[in-house]
Formats: sequence, C-alpha cells, structure tokens
Amino acid sequence: MPNNLIDMKIQGLYTIVSNEALTATTFKMIVSGCTKNISSPGQFVNIKLDGSFLRRPISICDWNDDTITLIYKVVGEGTKKMSEMVPGEKLDMLVGLGNGFSLDIPKMKHPLLIGGGVGVPPLFALAKKLKEKGCRPTMIMGFNTAEEVFYFDEFKALEIETIVSTVDGSGGIKGFVTDAMEKSCVLFDYTFCCGPLPMLKAIYEATHIDGQFSFEERMGCGFGACMGCTCKTNSGNKRICKEGPILFKNDIIF
Amino acid sequence: MDLSVNLCGVKLDNPVIPASGTFGFGQEFAQLYDLNILGSISFKGTTKEARFGNPTPRIAECKSGMINAVGLQNPGIEKVISEELPALRRVFNKPIIANISGFSIDEYAYCCEKIDKEEQVAIIEVNISCPNVHNGGMAFGTTPQAAYDVTKAVKAVTTKPVFIKLSPNVTDIVAIAKACEEGGADGLSLINTLLGMRIDIKRRKPVIANRMGGFSGPAVFPIAVRMVNQVANACSLPIMGCGGVSSAEDVIEMMMAGATAVQVGAMNLTEPYICKNIIEKLPDVMSELKINSLTDIIGIINK
Repeated sequence: MPNNLIDMKIQGLYTIVSNEALTATTFKMIVSGCTKNISSPGQFVNIKLDGSFLRRPISICDWNDDTITLIYKVVGEGTKKMSEMVPGEKLDMLVGLGNGFSLDIPKMKHPLLIGGGVGVPPLFALAKKLKEKGCRPTMIMGFNTAEEVFYFDEFKALEIETIVSTVDGSGGIKGFVTDAMEKSCVLFDYTFCCGPLPMLKAIYEATHIDGQFSFEERMGCGFGACMGCTCKTNSGNKRICKEGPILFKNDIIF
Repeated sequence: MDLSVNLCGVKLDNPVIPASGTFGFGQEFAQLYDLNILGSISFKGTTKEARFGNPTPRIAECKSGMINAVGLQNPGIEKVISEELPALRRVFNKPIIANISGFSIDEYAYCCEKIDKEEQVAIIEVNISCPNVHNGGMAFGTTPQAAYDVTKAVKAVTTKPVFIKLSPNVTDIVAIAKACEEGGADGLSLINTLLGMRIDIKRRKPVIANRMGGFSGPAVFPIAVRMVNQVANACSLPIMGCGGVSSAEDVIEMMMAGATAVQVGAMNLTEPYICKNIIEKLPDVMSELKINSLTDIIGIINK
C-alpha cells in the first residue's frame, strides 16, 4: 500500500469498527477514518473489494468526525465478501463522492422523506440535518415484506413520524410507498426520495410538490472521470456520480 | 537517472500519460494531485458535434477489468477548444495530446484542422478504434485502406505529429500499422479496448444496454504487450503503448516491447492516484533493474 495514501483527500484506508446483519440480506457497517470530505447527506463512498476490479458505490447512512455508517445489501460477490469482513479489517475507500442533498430550500417546513429498500439509509443523516434546521420531516419507508424492514426504530428515535409500507402487507401499510403517501394523508411541502427507479418514477408522478430524487446507475469510477453513468436532464447531461446522484425534480427526464 | 523520452520531437519528462477516455479533460484529477507530474495527458475523445454517447448502463464489471460502452460522450470540438482547453491549461502547463474521433474522413480532418491551431496541443492522436459507435470509430481502423485514407486526410491539414490509435479487434494489426505508416503517420498508439460482452444471468440480458463494449484493464496487458511488440518489429514509427498498464514494472515492460511512451487507462478509474504512484515508483524500479535512461530500453527485446 503506498504510504502517501493517508495524505490523500478522497482516498483513504478505513478500519471496520462493526459489521452486522440488520436483515437476512442487509448489513450495517461502521468504519473509522477521515470524514472531512463528506459535506452532505446523500453522498456516497466507493469501496475497493478483493477480487473486484471496479469499486462498489454505497451511500452514506450517517457520519461524524471519525466514523461513517454504511448500510448495504448483499447483491453479488463483492457485497457478499464485504458482509464477511470483521472488525479491525481495513477498507480502501473513496469518500464523499457525489453532490448530496441540498438542504437549503426556502420555505420548507414539512419535508416528506421517502425511501425504498436500501434507498432508506441516506435519508437517515438527511432526517437528522433537517431536524437540526428546524424542519418537521415525515419518513415513509417501503419494503417488499416485513422481514426486510430496518432502521424503523432509529428513525423513531429521532422523533420523526415514521410510516412503513410493505408490498405484501406483512408490515405497516400494504402496498407501495405511493399507497402509503395516499393512505396516511401526510401533509408535506417538499420531498426527498431515494430508491429503485420505478419507485422514483411513481413518486414523481404521484405529486406535483417539488423535491429531490437520488438516482442509481452503473459507475466506472464514481468521481466523474469515465462518463459511464451520464444521464440526460432538463439542464443538460449530468454524471450521476458527480452532478448527481441527487437531481432536482424539475431537472429529471423519465 | 533519466526518465525523459522524446516523442517525435516532443520531449516528455517521463513516459507516463493518462489514456484518452479515462481522464476527462483533467479537472477531476487536478483536485487529487498536481497534474504537472505527468509526462502528458491524452484528453477525452473529441468529435465535431457534441455527443451524449450510448444509453446506460454502459459499464460492466469483469475479472481484472471492465467493459465500457460510453460511446464518445464529449462536448464537441468547439466547446473543447473554448472551455475545456483553457481550463486544462490552468492545471497543466505541459504539452498535451489531442484525441480526435469522427464518423467520416471529413470529420476527422475538420477536427484535426481545428485542434492544430491550439498551441498547447503537441500531438494529435487520431482514434480509429472506438468499438462503441456505429458507422465510424472502429470502422476506420479495421481495414488497411480505411486506416491509410484517414491518416492521409489528417496529415494534409496539420503540421503536428499525428499518432493513429489502433484497434486490437483485427486479424492483423501489423497490416493496419503499416498502412498508417505509408499514409504518413508520425506514430502509433495501441491498443484501444477489446470488444467484449457480459450477460446478467439473472435477467438473461446483456449487462450493457448497447450489448457490447470495450474491454480494458489489467487483463488485457499481455495482449497489448504482444501487439506493441509485433508492430514495433514491423514499423519504424514511435509507439505509445497502452492496455492494462497498472504498475511501474508494466511501464518498463511495455517500453521493452517497443513503446516510447506508455498510456495508463482503466486503472485511473479504480485507483485515481495510479499515474502519480507509477511515476514516483519508476526511479526505484529503474535502479533495481540497472536502467539509467528509459530511452535505452525502448524495444530492447527486438535488438
């Protein structure tokens, strides 16, 4: 490992503090190391894993002066290996990538946060920041089934109204997050969304209220060099990893 | 110890050059380290008109490499000249390599004529090997006649050294290289990516929206070394060797095969400090191998 790594701004070696299963396929990992490059919720890290050429982008769930919390789903070989790592092991990560959510929204008082599956985690730090700003956020978290639900208690602990929906009805409101939006009659003046593309599109169409949406795309580098993840928006081409992953509603072309 | 090399009269402090398409126009990397440590930079492949490129997903993971099907996304030559080059000048004060692509011989010539007037551009690298665009790109790099025609056309509109970037997706790369030499090329860059494909076995569909893409990364290094060596044996043009380079040792190996300069591609994307690390490591590797001047080892296995 080159010894100049520690001086580098976006790349660093992080030590695993804990790595535990939240559900059968979702894991929570806390790593310690420099967090100075993280500026807002909704940003991500890009992790080097043994045996994989490309790094794995994972959204930041929360951070403080010296630790980062990551929640990830085991979807392939890379994340499988990640789930088997133990405290004390090191991870080479690029940290603080992407634009993150903009919190400076005029007149926003009651933002609605909507997360689907592993789209929930980045909304946690966002919820904390919004509370600090004096907003009263509501959280809707959508999953396929009750067994997949995670972080309900953590959101409740922030004293945020938290609504769960499951597609099979085994927990919370039966249906999609858009059904929960309708059935819970929650009032809101802004939205922050993160989750699978069909969910984002459904929310986009379900309300005329303004908001920010977090997008996913297959990435090469994660820091804007390869143009692998570019999408078209109403204000020109944007790299999901650099000018995204958060796009403002009026920019989005579905 | 001398790391400098001479590419058609352009003196580089060291042979390490980030390859086109893996380094944008330098801005993302300028935030990470002082780019002036580099030998030069080959900027993102530029076409006459702005291009979005191919639909996403256009990246796929592979063992020891990756597939990309970006498809020449770039802001177009006008904007490259008016916006990207002035910005690049602010972070990089050495001569640069302009990577040019096209969909017709006229378009190649148009772009080369435009970029010829840019003082900071020392070398024009003509990409006749992009595997990700239809009716252009690689089509000009897969027959000797087309490669000859493009070379001839661009040489007619510029006085700067022209390097033709060759495709490995051919039966006989030497025949293409010779055609470029005959057409008046000043040098050759090789190799571009190898056409590859991945399939998502759960979805039963190609990973990449465009089905296929260019495979690059450490896995292709032996192929690149072999092709550089074959071409170096058959032609007298200087070569920029490219393909899977990931260490200072790889740079030395590529030069021993016949390269005068060495481009680093896919590794920039996963190890953003790779070029800096390679350049800093080169003197150690040279002293270990008792190399005083890198120029001495160019094509040494052929001698």
